[in-house]
Amino acid sequence: MTEPSVIAVRGLSKRFGRKIAVDNVDLTVNRGDIFGFLGPNGSGKTTTIRLLCGLLTPDAGEGRCLGFDILRESAAIKREVGYMTQRFSFYEDLSIRENLDFVARLYGMKNRKSAVDQTLENLGLGHRQHQLAGALSGGWKQRMALAACMLHEPRLLLLDEPTAGVDPKARRDFWDEIHRLAGRGVTVLVSTHYMDEAERCNRLAYIAYGRMLAEGTPESLVAESGLSTWTLDGPRLADWTERLRALPDAEQVVPFGTSLHVSGQDGAALEAQLHALIADPAISLRRDAPRLEDVFIHLMQRQEDER
Amino acid sequence: MSPALSLARLWAVVLKEFIQMRRDRLTFAMMIGIPLIQLTLFGFAINADPKGLPLALRLGEETSLTRSLHAALVQTGYFRLSAVTASEREAERLLATGEAQFVLDVPAGFSRRVWRGESPALLVEADATDPSATGNALAALAQLPATALREDLKGPLARPGAPPPFELRIHRRYNPEGISQYNIVPGLMGVILTMTMIMMTALAVTREHERGTMENLLAMPTRPLEVMLGKILPYILIGYTQVAVILLAARYTFAVPMLGSLPLLLAAILVFILANLSVGIMFSALARNQTQAMQMSFFFFLPSILLSGFMFPFRGMPAWAQIIGEVLPLTHFLRIVRGILLKGNGFADIWGHTWPLLLFLLAVLLIGMTRYRQTLD
Repeated sequence: MTEPSVIAVRGLSKRFGRKIAVDNVDLTVNRGDIFGFLGPNGSGKTTTIRLLCGLLTPDAGEGRCLGFDILRESAAIKREVGYMTQRFSFYEDLSIRENLDFVARLYGMKNRKSAVDQTLENLGLGHRQHQLAGALSGGWKQRMALAACMLHEPRLLLLDEPTAGVDPKARRDFWDEIHRLAGRGVTVLVSTHYMDEAERCNRLAYIAYGRMLAEGTPESLVAESGLSTWTLDGPRLADWTERLRALPDAEQVVPFGTSLHVSGQDGAALEAQLHALIADPAISLRRDAPRLEDVFIHLMQRQEDER
Repeated sequence: MSPALSLARLWAVVLKEFIQMRRDRLTFAMMIGIPLIQLTLFGFAINADPKGLPLALRLGEETSLTRSLHAALVQTGYFRLSAVTASEREAERLLATGEAQFVLDVPAGFSRRVWRGESPALLVEADATDPSATGNALAALAQLPATALREDLKGPLARPGAPPPFELRIHRRYNPEGISQYNIVPGLMGVILTMTMIMMTALAVTREHERGTMENLLAMPTRPLEVMLGKILPYILIGYTQVAVILLAARYTFAVPMLGSLPLLLAAILVFILANLSVGIMFSALARNQTQAMQMSFFFFLPSILLSGFMFPFRGMPAWAQIIGEVLPLTHFLRIVRGILLKGNGFADIWGHTWPLLLFLLAVLLIGMTRYRQTLD
């Protein structure tokens, strides 16, 4: 028996003036998923998230979020969703406790004080509860925001680029927390630009220019891209970059530390061209699995070509 | 070594400032608009020597002498006849509501006594709540006994050196000593409320938008109405605190008379506070950031203080400025608060100034609310 999806929307569209922000997006997210939402800046990620939690009304499309109709029951959705905005959107001139208390009151929680106490303790912020939220560092702000979104125990978390500008350790802690929540059955939809974060999701969707371009597990996305990647190692590789880019089947040439990654759709043709170009024995050529970043840039370029 | 002042760098900053100035339309409009508004207001609207003030005649009789008297009054330029009545109560009401600023009381038998050479006294009652508005007009009245009836009188009554045919007794009502604080201190209450109420609400709402906290608020189960009301209520309390401070100072420091009912005053203040808050909400819906909200508040405040009759006599202004003034809440509030405190006005007297406030409140709230809805989606 399969339980109904937490998010199931079809044909979601939203335009602002003449600009189409979200164009006919279908989205299915199952319970306990950590669903990664990827795409370039301005691709419609934030708008899609706002449509899902009822902050915006779609121009077209239909569907359900947590079993509620996204068009008619946005009030009920708001009650069961935790939405973390891209920008820190709690009150910097309120203390941590005051912020949490405010949120608890808005949700009309009966056990407000104990819930806030518990949250402060879980966060490890008990001793700093009277500090102003504005005085927190970026990483702590994110943790406080997440705690505030979780205060009313939502079944669905919508996180809009939650870790932008946060240091790697804080990011890792943040993601550990997300996995812990998902383990408890909370569904998480998270948008991000970081590939290491994308790899920690169990499902991914890639959106560009408001359109959903690909969807699946990280592995299936790599496999379905049909992309082949070679890694070049050797001295003075920078001198080769331009000539490699000129190869007819090299779509991407990306320097990584001391190596170069060359990817293309037509693996056989690219391999032949690489061997023909590079006769220098000091340079090693090795076939590699394409990484998610290669796949997404490939998707983005293809979309640009089609436009 | 680079010089302490590089013209190239200086120019770079100047150029950048101009680009930003051009982008910020409202600031640009302010820079051009404020001098124009000030020029118009100070150059054309403001007149410290108001003429054509409304005068009511309470006539106990009507004779050729009273007609000459009326003509002479109008001749001074300071008066225009706003009403003629035979009833003392009606005359009292006209003065209390401000429909007339002066009442000239001509008792029955006046003409007969003039003809007999008895030099009867005529009573002029002046609304002296604003001493500066009535001063010149009262000075012009002093000439009246000697000249008003010159054409009518013949024989011994007209001979040079004869006593004036009548006397004028001037009664400065509501503020007999002409103390300007009586007028300014209650008025200041309106000015302070206008400034703080509009600016505070306009800033409070735009701040939520500017800091991005509004998005979070609306993603939670809060309704726009709850947000609006929740933001307004504290400011009503602050408004009343300001009122309390001013009233206490008015009473104990400036000894301003308080003739009317305090509950009535507090109720009228609520209407006025709400009217100002609605302006603040409208500005917050229109403004894109706090600076703009601030500029809009200033834009509103300037005519409020200049055209309401707070700084300069309302009746000294040309008709177009009076029309603008009549729209502003402060104008009506000044009449209400001065009426209640200095004249002891009751509800019936102030209603004529209260309904325009209510109308203003309703209209502005409607604009603000429709604009507010649009900015959500």
